[in-house]
Amino acid sequence: MQDRAEIELKLISDPMYLCGARELVGCIARRIGFDDMDCSKIALAVDEALSNIIRHGYNKVFDRPIWIGISPIKPSADSIGGIVITIDDEAKQVDPCAMKGRCLEDIRPGGLGVHIIQEVMDEVRYEKRDSVGMRLVMTKRAPRAEGSPRLSDRKGCAVTSMGSKSSKTPMGP
Amino acid sequence: MGHQQSSFISIDRPEQGVVVLMPTTDIDMSRSPELRTAIRQEMGNGVHKVVVDLDEVHYMDSSGLATLVEAMRNASKSDTKLVICCMNQKVSAIFEIARLDSFFSIVASRDEAISL
Repeated sequence: MQDRAEIELKLISDPMYLCGARELVGCIARRIGFDDMDCSKIALAVDEALSNIIRHGYNKVFDRPIWIGISPIKPSADSIGGIVITIDDEAKQVDPCAMKGRCLEDIRPGGLGVHIIQEVMDEVRYEKRDSVGMRLVMTKRAPRAEGSPRLSDRKGCAVTSMGSKSSKTPMGP
Repeated sequence: MGHQQSSFISIDRPEQGVVVLMPTTDIDMSRSPELRTAIRQEMGNGVHKVVVDLDEVHYMDSSGLATLVEAMRNASKSDTKLVICCMNQKVSAIFEIARLDSFFSIVASRDEAISL
């Protein structure tokens, strides 16, 4: 069990950096063993989460901090491995239970981000951070891929428990 | 007919009353406002069909979807046909995830979109 994400990225809440965050997450997901479509969907989930923070959490203030943490999940007897992504912010805190996708029957612009995240990822959890802001923890399980070695196959790579992480070493200041 | 290029949207007018907008990069929250503005500007002014050609868009998020939903609504109000074409698999996936694939007129090629 490790305390910190294996990769951490801090960025400001400027939409121009969404592409960089997507590229990073997509590349790591590919290395772990996800196929192209899944990599694109995982990157989409991260993009939607960041966009929601920028739009709703920070009300389009573009210089606020956001932290992204990425850890592979090691394949085991009862797990095929995958990726855990945490996104932390210092935005206003909201009830995690209120973070639900809207009804899709109502076709209108906007409000699709949470639905997309929940549809794309296997597990999605919103939490209030201890001091300030929100944390989103997203997990996606990878299919078993033959051939190329996985980042998560290397020795010493441990499954990250985001629950324990949140209480031990939160990202950010 | 005419051809224009904004910072990332190429605009063609292949026929009288038909305009084709072709974004030339990915569409996310940083780009969708410009796409929204371009579609709004082209709608009306004697245009009866707006084609959005996504051939060079390899990625789109929900802000792009929202822009197109808004454009579709405005098109309906102004008796304009909005057609989307040349969508790749990854972009198509987000329309399916949002269950909006049947809301839009989506065709495979630009020629098909223009002749529809």
